[in-house]
Parts: sequence; structure tokens; C-alpha cells
Amino acid sequence: MDEILEILDGLGLDADFENCTTLVDDGILESLDIVTIIAELSDAFDITIPARDIVPENFNSAEAMLSMVNCLLDE
Amino acid sequence: MKNVLEFLESSAPRFGGKTAFSDGEESLSFSELLRLSRAGGSALIERGLKSEPVAVFMKKAPGTIAAFFAVIYAGCYYVPLDASMPLFRLQMILERLRPRAVIVDDSTRSLAASLAPEGSVMAAQELFSAGENASALAAVRAQSIDTDPAYIVFTSGSTGIPKGVTGCHRALIDYANALCPVIGAGEESVFAMQVPLYVDACMKELLSVIKCGSTAYIMQQSMFMSPIRAVEFLNEHRVNTLCWVASALTIISGLGAFEDVKPQFMRTVCFGSEVFPVKQLRLWQEACPGARFINLYGPTEATGMSFYFVVDREFKDGEIIPVGRPFDNTGFMLLRDDDTQALPGETGEICIRGTALTHGYYDDPERTAAVFTHNPLNPHYPELIYRTGDLGRLNERGELVFVSRKDHQIKNMGHRVELGEIEACADGCEGVVRSCCLFDKQKGKLFLFYMGSADEKTLGRYLRGMLPRYMLPSKTKRLDALPLLENGKIDRNSLMEM
Repeated sequence: MDEILEILDGLGLDADFENCTTLVDDGILESLDIVTIIAELSDAFDITIPARDIVPENFNSAEAMLSMVNCLLDE
Repeated sequence: MKNVLEFLESSAPRFGGKTAFSDGEESLSFSELLRLSRAGGSALIERGLKSEPVAVFMKKAPGTIAAFFAVIYAGCYYVPLDASMPLFRLQMILERLRPRAVIVDDSTRSLAASLAPEGSVMAAQELFSAGENASALAAVRAQSIDTDPAYIVFTSGSTGIPKGVTGCHRALIDYANALCPVIGAGEESVFAMQVPLYVDACMKELLSVIKCGSTAYIMQQSMFMSPIRAVEFLNEHRVNTLCWVASALTIISGLGAFEDVKPQFMRTVCFGSEVFPVKQLRLWQEACPGARFINLYGPTEATGMSFYFVVDREFKDGEIIPVGRPFDNTGFMLLRDDDTQALPGETGEICIRGTALTHGYYDDPERTAAVFTHNPLNPHYPELIYRTGDLGRLNERGELVFVSRKDHQIKNMGHRVELGEIEACADGCEGVVRSCCLFDKQKGKLFLFYMGSADEKTLGRYLRGMLPRYMLPSKTKRLDALPLLENGKIDRNSLMEM
């Protein structure tokens, strides 16, 4: 979780990434941020995030991103 | 032909009930578009508006386009504003223009009321529901000439004050005539509009629809949150023509959407406004084997795009795709620093001449005169050129190749960004002594270095309140001192290595 929060804090945005569950729905994260997050998650966890997982639901919260990463790690 | 609305007036009877613009929820047919535009125009005339800027502050939707045309019907020029612009920028634009009319929808009404001059806010729905006054519209048209402005769009300015580029009917008509054949726009063309309505890039779709009878589906930015859904949107609406910024195309291809779903109907893919990596171009070419790919390039100051290159050969990774040749009826020259002409192969500033030129910056003679100058190669009669500030050269095939910017202007997500504007803004924050903004091309990220007592969080918060999203630095870093060159200028190269 700390790694994900570190990536999110690195975006330079003013948001409570630990608790917010509407990061995409409220427009805090934009498409370009998603691109950045995907690149950094892929590097940090050595995973490939397939396009079918790139949906707003998986990026609305740090928690959702973590569970997506865990799913991919399990595969 | 003298007025851009003549395109709509000739296509509306031909295409009648066919969809002109749709966002999936709301659709406007050609005849509805014409009806709303004429009704709205009549209502604006009724309110006494005449040859003046009218702000259109609405969401990205078909009705907004009808509002643009309503403003033009009233003999005025529209100024597109958007709720995603930072408050500070909206304030600056509204203060500069002091418009007597700001057209809003439900989503912008309260924000507009807090920013716009008293009594200026009017609801688009009210204007549209007015009756048409044909004789008033005809009277306005009789007096209009083709050099009258049709719109003002605001772009980034290095001093921090946005510049209002003022475009006229004649240049728009010229642009439509040159552009449509190049991109193959016709009545069977279906566009998916990615670019916002507050930039002139959206003219490609607007003009193709009203001139050629094409259909355009408006895409919201949130659509790009899921690349697969974006491609499904294209297929659902049988979209066959795209004019997108390279970053948007890259989001789709770079995130691997084509492994699951491919655009099925694509014929033409235009990219522009920034460099499109060859690797991404190749992914698109593989996904859409029958499509033509076209690189477009041009400054807002010369009305939309000025050059095009139809991809006709394979490019190596990292190779630069040329911007090609000018549109029909547009001239250009490459000038050296001493205003003489660069030789073939030599780098010079790209300068544009012709009908395509806009009138320059609204209420800003100084900054207009700095870049709209007399053609130094023509001593015989007055002739204006626009100095783009972009450096280019002709390759061995005679195609124009973009080399770099002369100053510190860059493109981020297809938006023009003056690094100087970000610096000017940061320098305005309490506790910042001096700042320097850099753009990492490879990562596509902005970095801001500064000296002063302000901490990074405070400055970050300050910038978020002042700048549009695409201008916000990804990282802000405080230094005890900025490295300087011998001439006292900031050493950007050594900062770049940090």
C-alpha cells in the first residue's frame, strides 16, 4: 500500500489518496495521470496491466489499485 | 461566399434530419442546428448585441455548438470558455473582454454568475426557445463582411496573460475549403471529437460537419479513462475519421487496447498538435490497416492547421514524421535570425502568409505587432506574415520538418504551454524568489525548480489555484539557489540533469 501511495503522492496533486474513493469519478485523476500511474505500477510491481483492467473502477481509490495489482500478481 | 454560416445554410436543407452533432445523450440534426442557431441569433440581436465578443460558457455538448453559431448569426464573435479552466484564467479573460453577454447552461450558470459582469449571464435554452426573426438576421448578414471576426480563442501567453486569438470568416472559409479534401471529409464521414470546444482544434470537425454534411460524436474526456471503452465508442457509432491530439491516440495504443478491440470502420486518422511517437503510429496502422494517417501542424494564429503530411512510407523508431506541405492557398517561408531566407536543409523560423492569418490578439496591439509583421522578403507592398516561433527545415524530399521551438513554449497533452507563464505564475507566489520550469520531452512531464522560503506543498497548492491542469508541474523542487550560466541566465541544461 505504501508503494502505491508514494506513486500517487508523486503526481503532485492535492488529494487525500489514502481515503478518497472517487479519484476518477470526481475528476481528481485524469487520463494522463492514469497513464503515469500505470507506468509506475508496472515498474514498481513488475506487472503488465492489460487494457481490460484499465477502467475507472480500478483507479477510484488506492485500495482498488492495490487489489488490482494483487490480482495481477496472483495470475 | 463571405460568411461561414453559409456552409450550414447550404447543408441544412440537403441533410435535414441527419445527425450533425451528438454526445450520445443529446443529438442535433442539421435542421435543428440551423433552427436553434437562427433562434438564438435572433434573441441576441433582440438584446441589442452587435459586432462584439459574446462568451459561450457551456459544457462540451451539441447545444454549445449551436450557441457558437447563434453568436455568429447575431453578427458577433463567440469566445468559448470552459468550466475546466482555472478560476483565475476565467476571471482574467472575462475582465479583459467585459462581455455584455455570457451564454451558459445549467452546469455553468452559478459559476458564471459569480464571475461575469452583472446582467450579462443568459441561458442558452432561453435564447434557443425564442422565435426566429428572419428580417433581423438578414439585416445583420447584409452588413457583415468576410473579414469580420467569428471567434476568439485564448491561448497561453509567456507573461501569464492569455492571448485572445481573433479569427475571421474569410480565414475559416479558406480553412474549410483546404482541409476537407485533405482529410477526405464527406457526408459519409463520422468523426469522434476528442478535443475540447474551447480550442480552435475543434474547427476540423465543426467545419467538416457544416460544409460536407459529416456527423460528429462528441467524446467526454472521461471516456479516455478506459481505452477499451473508447474504442468501443468508436465502433458503436461507426466512427471512420479521427482528428485527435497525439496524446489521446497514445493513451489508446500505448495502454494495449488493440489487443482486445480494434476500430472497425477507420478510414482517416489525423494526429497533430504535438509529436506522435513512431511506435504508437505503427500500433495504430496495424490496428487500422485500411486507414490513411495524416500529420497536421499549424498555429492557432493562422486559423487551425496550416500544413499536412499524409504518411506514405515507413518511419524508424525515434524518427520525426514531417509536417509536410502547406494547405492549398497557404504560403510559408523559413527565415533566419537576420530575416533572410534559409537555404533548403537549413533551419529557419516557420512564417506563414495568406488568407489563413487571423487578425492577431484581441485588445493587444503590442503582442500582435511582435509576431504579425511585414514580410521582410517583400519590399514592394504591405504584406503580413505570422512568425510562429517554431523552427523548421526542408528535408531532402522538400517536406517541412518541425525542429523545435525558438522560445520555451512546449506542448503538453496537445495544449500550448509557455514555460514562462508557469514561471511567471510561480514567481507570484509568496516566498518564491525565482523559478525555472522545464519540460521532460521523453516523460512528457513538467518540472518546476525554485528558490525561496515557500515550501513545496504551499507552492503546489498555489499553482493549482492559478493554472490549468495541463500546465501543472508533476514535481516541484526547492533549491537553495538556481544554477546560472555566465551570462546570468538560468542554466536549464544542468537543471534538466537533476
